[in-house]
Amino acid sequence: MRSALVALLVLALLPLALSAMDQGFYVGFASRVLIYAIAATSLNLVLGYGGMVSFGHAAFVGTGAYVSSIALAEGLTSAWVGWPLAVMASALLAWGIGAVSLRTRGVYFIMITLAFAQMMFYLVNSMKAYGGDEGLTLPHRAELGLGLELGNDLVFYYVVLLVLALTLGGLHRLANSRFGRVVAAIRENEPRAEAIGYPVHRFRLACFVIAGAFGGLAGVLLASHGKYVNPGALHWLQSGTLMVMVVLGGVGRLWGGVVGAAALLGLEHLVADYPVGWLVQIAPNYQQHANLGVGVVLLVIVLFAPRGIVGLVTRTRNART
Amino acid sequence: MLELERLSKHFGGVLASDGVTLAVAQGQVHALIGPNGAGKTTLIGQIVGRLKPDAGRIRFLGRDITHLPQHERVHAGLACSHQITSLFASFTVLDSLALAVQARSGSSFSFWRPVGTEMALVDQARGLAHEIGLHERLDTPAAALAHGEQRVLEVGLALATNPKFLLLDEPMAGMGPEEAERLMVLLEGLRARVTMLLVEHDMDAVFRLADRVSVLVGGRIIASGAPHEVRQDPAVTVAYLGDERAAADR
Repeated sequence: MRSALVALLVLALLPLALSAMDQGFYVGFASRVLIYAIAATSLNLVLGYGGMVSFGHAAFVGTGAYVSSIALAEGLTSAWVGWPLAVMASALLAWGIGAVSLRTRGVYFIMITLAFAQMMFYLVNSMKAYGGDEGLTLPHRAELGLGLELGNDLVFYYVVLLVLALTLGGLHRLANSRFGRVVAAIRENEPRAEAIGYPVHRFRLACFVIAGAFGGLAGVLLASHGKYVNPGALHWLQSGTLMVMVVLGGVGRLWGGVVGAAALLGLEHLVADYPVGWLVQIAPNYQQHANLGVGVVLLVIVLFAPRGIVGLVTRTRNART
Repeated sequence: MLELERLSKHFGGVLASDGVTLAVAQGQVHALIGPNGAGKTTLIGQIVGRLKPDAGRIRFLGRDITHLPQHERVHAGLACSHQITSLFASFTVLDSLALAVQARSGSSFSFWRPVGTEMALVDQARGLAHEIGLHERLDTPAAALAHGEQRVLEVGLALATNPKFLLLDEPMAGMGPEEAERLMVLLEGLRARVTMLLVEHDMDAVFRLADRVSVLVGGRIIASGAPHEVRQDPAVTVAYLGDERAAADR
């Protein structure tokens, strides 16, 4: 608990430190990392806590991004209207997709969630009224009121941080609640959970919908951050990226999504911005293939730290703090 | 209390349950015995709701439960312990029992309050741990328990749902004599409040605990009665006990 507060405090002070070092540009980058942290955390709820390997999480992130952007484009400028609308749309979509795909298990579940997400990808691709495959550019961010100007990158950063803190706090409470215990039990032994009297499908679906809603919230922030959204937000590569973040950070670990998002995006950034002399000699444009470096790191993590970076650091078994 | 009416179930060409009719009266310990492949597991699957019968009906406390899903049968008061130990590996003894208690006390769609602060759940789980003799292992994960302890926890999970009827599928399987004795004492203590259907290979346990014995052979009940009657039934001797008698004679 204390280390969580320290981590949040560090994140809260980060922009001040960055501007003191004259690196204000990084506030935007940090916002992006935190938004991905929210998305990865929401995936971690289904994947890590619920044991459901969903390969279509980008559908919920992308739906949140699109619905909030369309609301804005249609003149609903208040965040208090557009954002809940987007989150509800993602939750509704998760309910529909979950109701069907949660009837399957294993590889079939992975494939059917992927298929649904790809359907959504092609759907937004064909939405010509909202940019089609070129995406949708927003004139400005939504309005928050309360005297806060979301257009200001610093304000935006703190809003994102607040959402992340609430997401993590919510996940922590959820994991230790009655509901969370049942979801964990289903992950450990589904037939037994049914045999002691739990309607397994209902719990799994509820978990899936909650994760979809938080994924949608991340999508809202993502679109708002870049003032732009394109169908790529729903592409299966995006689902894969989120999955990699969760695995990197720690499957079923509270901070897994945060650490994974920071590690992956940080790594990509390092590879792209800081050329390594000898590597440039043999592979001149290796920096355009940042995933090469990411692949190596992922390999190392999976082979030597299957519990992810968080697991490597804490080393305490079963401690979901 | 539990009535099976001409229950039939086949897998391909194999008739695993061939019109099974069986009644377990309230307050009894009813033992079900039969050689391997007699269809015991299939019958249990249908009673708990894991398998759908092809024909026939199941009545529990006067209510037709043939089409009731498994979890609702638990809520009606029908619990079972499994032949093959099936636990929540990383859950401690206390957490496992609390989880099972939780299943029948209040809604589990509660997302905020930590389970650890629900003293009613925790206290009941502790009480149960005491009853089944695992009170010194409360914080041990299920996976780290000895085999005999896991078998006891298996029964404990079923008990934690506060059942009126307990279906025990070979509870003594793989237990040493001392552990089996402890479990038998536990089951004897339960008979006052729980009706039981005991599927067991251990004949000592069957004849010590059971008020009635039914014999299942080839998917059919070939005999049913008090233990001493069944023991002397010639058909049973041939079909089932024959093996053991023959072995003893040699």
